[in-house]
Amino acid sequence: MNARTTLDVSRLPTYAFGQRSLMWWGTMGMIVIEGTLFAIALVAYFYLRGLSRHWPMSAPPPDLLWGTLTTIILLVSGIPNQLASRAARREDLRAVRLWMVVCIVFAAAVQVTRAFEFTVLNTHWSQNAYGSIVFAILTLHTVHLVTDFADTIVLAVLMFTGPLTGRRFVDVSENADYWWFVILAWLPIYFTVYLVPRLFP
Amino acid sequence: MTQLESTWSDPPGLVGWLSTVNHKRVAVRYIVTTLVFFALAGALALIMRTQLARADNDLVGPDLYNQLFSMHGSAMMFLFAVPVMEAVALYLIPLMLGTRNVPFPRLNAYGYWLFLFGGIMSFTVFFLNIGPEAGWFSYVPLSGPEYSPGKRSDFWAQMITFTEVAALIGAIQIITATFKMRAPGMTLNRIPMFVWAMLVTSFMIIFAMPSVMLASTFLITDRLVSTQFFNPTEGGDVLLWQHMFWFFGHPEVYIIFVPALGMISEILPAFTRRKVVGYLGLVIALVSISFLSFGLWVHHMFATGLPPLGMSFFTVASIMIALPTGLQIFCWIATLATGEPVRFATPILFVIGFFFIFIIGGMTGVMLGASSLDQQLHDSYFVVAHLHYVLIGGAVFPLFGGFYYWFPKLSGRQLSERAGRWNFWLFFIGFNVAFFPMHILGLEGMPRRVYTYSAASGWQGLNLLSSLGAAMVALSVIVFVANVLVTLRRGARAADNPWNAPGLEWATTSPPPAYNFAQIPVVASRTPLWERDFPTAVVTGLPDLVPSVLVTRLHDAEPDHVALMPEPSIWPLLSAIATTILFIGTVFTPWALIWGSVPVGIALIAWFWPRKDETRKHQQVEVKPQEGEQREHELREALS
Repeated sequence: MNARTTLDVSRLPTYAFGQRSLMWWGTMGMIVIEGTLFAIALVAYFYLRGLSRHWPMSAPPPDLLWGTLTTIILLVSGIPNQLASRAARREDLRAVRLWMVVCIVFAAAVQVTRAFEFTVLNTHWSQNAYGSIVFAILTLHTVHLVTDFADTIVLAVLMFTGPLTGRRFVDVSENADYWWFVILAWLPIYFTVYLVPRLFP
Repeated sequence: MTQLESTWSDPPGLVGWLSTVNHKRVAVRYIVTTLVFFALAGALALIMRTQLARADNDLVGPDLYNQLFSMHGSAMMFLFAVPVMEAVALYLIPLMLGTRNVPFPRLNAYGYWLFLFGGIMSFTVFFLNIGPEAGWFSYVPLSGPEYSPGKRSDFWAQMITFTEVAALIGAIQIITATFKMRAPGMTLNRIPMFVWAMLVTSFMIIFAMPSVMLASTFLITDRLVSTQFFNPTEGGDVLLWQHMFWFFGHPEVYIIFVPALGMISEILPAFTRRKVVGYLGLVIALVSISFLSFGLWVHHMFATGLPPLGMSFFTVASIMIALPTGLQIFCWIATLATGEPVRFATPILFVIGFFFIFIIGGMTGVMLGASSLDQQLHDSYFVVAHLHYVLIGGAVFPLFGGFYYWFPKLSGRQLSERAGRWNFWLFFIGFNVAFFPMHILGLEGMPRRVYTYSAASGWQGLNLLSSLGAAMVALSVIVFVANVLVTLRRGARAADNPWNAPGLEWATTSPPPAYNFAQIPVVASRTPLWERDFPTAVVTGLPDLVPSVLVTRLHDAEPDHVALMPEPSIWPLLSAIATTILFIGTVFTPWALIWGSVPVGIALIAWFWPRKDETRKHQQVEVKPQEGEQREHELREALS
């Protein structure tokens, strides 16, 4: 190839934040896939509900306390999550460490409230299709809670111990984006699992 | 060895072989693996055709026959048709886009290993007499705990999990690469047609596959821990399965066949020496096919007693998809008609074979799309004929054409044209002899999925004919395999651009070096290699010390930043092994989900954790965003 001119890219940055980065697209791909999974699970819930004369089937609705606590903690966890993301974009390592630890505390609290949620669903997966779909939806979301919790811990440890390059700040920022997805995906689930049986019995 | 070569080369020995993250090495393994599964699934079809060659045959009993057609269908769909298209794409797309690897190379390797293990599991259990038995769409209650005791349907469900995870990983690679890794100057309206087709396919995969993964998870939990999703006595519903399956299953057909459309649009210009007619129309057709394909799944369920309004809606939607498909066919005919006279090399033969077979399949599709006629033909051999005309005509013929077309690039050698013609004609004649009679058998009322039929039915003659056709197809595949093996040993060396084609993949050597392009070319048109002074410019200054690629902007492919890519690692393989243990474990106990995730977690952390030497190199070449912004601005000025 004998090109007349060259395009010298040697001084271009070697990482970038947000939709400029490959990692952002990978994360978005994951989010769309998981989001579709949630959406289809919710459609299945309403499909089964449409077939049943009584909803919930032979059970009182799930108790509100723990699910509502989960919702509140998740929403509040958006604040440290956003601060961690901003600190990452500034490449402010001290702030990143601080806010990631706060995020972990919130995420840990949610694991606890979630565990209690399973005890107050007032149904069981083997009881009927209603129980099955409620357990399925909650489990699906819990898998996301647990994996992103573990993910955040690993990343936080790395931010303390190193070895670090600038690109790790992009990872922190993407991790924060994913947590937003975990938070936002929860809202329609909370509405469906906890409020639909009450508001539209 | 230059620094560039040593940076991109894999470590030596077995560990290096297992650790590679080079998209070409991974993709070649992927392609070979899918072809092996294709041959195995084809062998199952031959056993079925042998059984059906004569009336009242007792070569194969009903139980084995159930497993044969279930495994044949499942393997062809999940272990061959979808993955082979993705595998070809994972090889070609970085070359067509002018980049050096896929965006997530380790994930890519992981996806392949997972697919391999899933496929091996599926065939192993089949040979152990625990293969799938309820058809490739595993309808409940037939596949449920009551009518399918044992582990057969559980393994089927996990086969879905393995292959769909792998397919989703491929889709993310393709979308990200297409959006962010194109050579400078390759604006959206200069993307090669095959890449467009794969982009559309990947989006379909992302929206369709989650549905079947969830459905198969529901199935396996119904079977293992007595959830009640599909149990009508406890508020479940069997049609829920059909909805969830076909919401995936119908787009699946287009997921298989849209990539093939892209291949045709790539092959035709090279042989007609003109740009493909109607680029924009072709792209719009692909996109509209993908949207429409999500709106017609219910036409698989016309016989389930749905409300008439729904039936009418889905009839219209089903028939409507003929419009964008027809548009494409007319564009190709126009390309053939207005280009230079065609040289009938093997790739183009397969494309013409596609026209003939696929159009017949499309016609019977329009027939079956009408719910009234479908009631009559449902579950008959007419459907078997239709789906093979569509899938073999629509996907396998272009795939073979593509194989002959791109094989020189993959291997550096030219496949024999003589053997290629034998391959084509045996396939083309054998296919029609095998499947055309099935239309008639279906109209005469022969149901699909029966292990035998009585002599009194009068179906023996056509069945025998069909079986002879199947043998011809098998012969054709043997010719193909022999052609490949002989060519690899002593075939003629291929030039870098043997067809004088316009795409970037032909701008590098055959086979390409590990880094694809020593210098990334700048693209100024849709047919870069046909430009007189290609390339007018090349990219310099990508770091040699670390594998790195140029990331460009989504719309106009202006240089944005340089991405430092991961080096080879054994951890994707070990993670895939751990994941395999988890998936297979859950067939036997739900607790595998808990204990199985521990090794997976450990392997993933080891995969993610940066190595010190790698980090040092990254630090050496690192340019922070704030430092690089000035340069980025200058480059954008220079390009415009």
